[in-house]
Amino acid sequence: MDVPDAARQWIEAAKPDYPCLIDCDHHVADLYNMVNVPQAVWIDEQGRIVRPPENAGSSDGFRSMDRTTKRMTDEQLAERERIKKGYMAAVRDWVANGTASEFAYDPASARQRLQLPDSEIAEAHAHFRLAQHLLRNGNRAEAAAHFADASRLHPASWTIWRQAAEKDATGLASGPEFWARVDALGDRPYYRPIDMKGL
Amino acid sequence: MITVLHEQSEAVSSTARADGAQLWIGSTEFAAATGWSLKPEGFCRGDICVPVPVGREAEFVLGDAVNAAALWRRIGNPVVHDSAGEVWVLGAGAAHRSASLQTLEAPDFALPDLAGELHTLSEHRGKKVLLATWASW
Repeated sequence: MDVPDAARQWIEAAKPDYPCLIDCDHHVADLYNMVNVPQAVWIDEQGRIVRPPENAGSSDGFRSMDRTTKRMTDEQLAERERIKKGYMAAVRDWVANGTASEFAYDPASARQRLQLPDSEIAEAHAHFRLAQHLLRNGNRAEAAAHFADASRLHPASWTIWRQAAEKDATGLASGPEFWARVDALGDRPYYRPIDMKGL
Repeated sequence: MITVLHEQSEAVSSTARADGAQLWIGSTEFAAATGWSLKPEGFCRGDICVPVPVGREAEFVLGDAVNAAALWRRIGNPVVHDSAGEVWVLGAGAAHRSASLQTLEAPDFALPDLAGELHTLSEHRGKKVLLATWASW
């Protein structure tokens, strides 16, 4: 969920052998009710959702990083790796075993775990779409107003907030305002814990 | 000229006219863009029809034009526009998105890769798909 110029260097560095698509207007976030990256959806051969949008192997460990050095301790890094590897192992298990995988939800469980949008979330996406359009056409002031509307209506969405936020030289929306917003979560997670044993 | 953004499409409308909170569009153009067409039963898309409120027809239909914004609000869908009334978003409603997700059929979409080539989710039918999001920010 990005704009081409910002995404390009990452895609080119990764040289993926799978399609890497550009979703400037965050259509996928709208369609699937996503709120952060990375989030992933498991979809089977019949085009059915096997696991609804979830945290794709990230963790809140970054919240305790040293904000001046941007360094994480060895323990924090190891824990981050453990969770990421655990998630990917689950994906591979599903690829190999399909519906027999312990990680594949049956339809009732998948439905139960869906997070459904409300009217404020729907309205937020409309404001975001307008804001991106206005920004592309050079209307920064009005775009900013609609980005603000979008975040006000959908405060849980980090994709909306960070796409609209000021970026540093490397393109990250990780300035003081980001950290303040993260800290304001208090005990609430930035990344919802993954519904998998041990993760 | 008025630009109408709906789902994944962006169209410059040749018939649209904005009037404050109202957006009038030629009924044929509106039907082509959104799938909502005006029938004797009201506005219909597929199996669903929304009757035009009795006594308030003039709010919704004027000659060959329909008030897309009024219909959108009546359905409970979000409609937003810029201050000049030149760009309108006819947003998807929460009920529609929720109903779609509850079928567990993964919503399809068409997005470009860096080369500008469009890819759809549905073109991968027959294989498992891990749809993963990321961003540079």
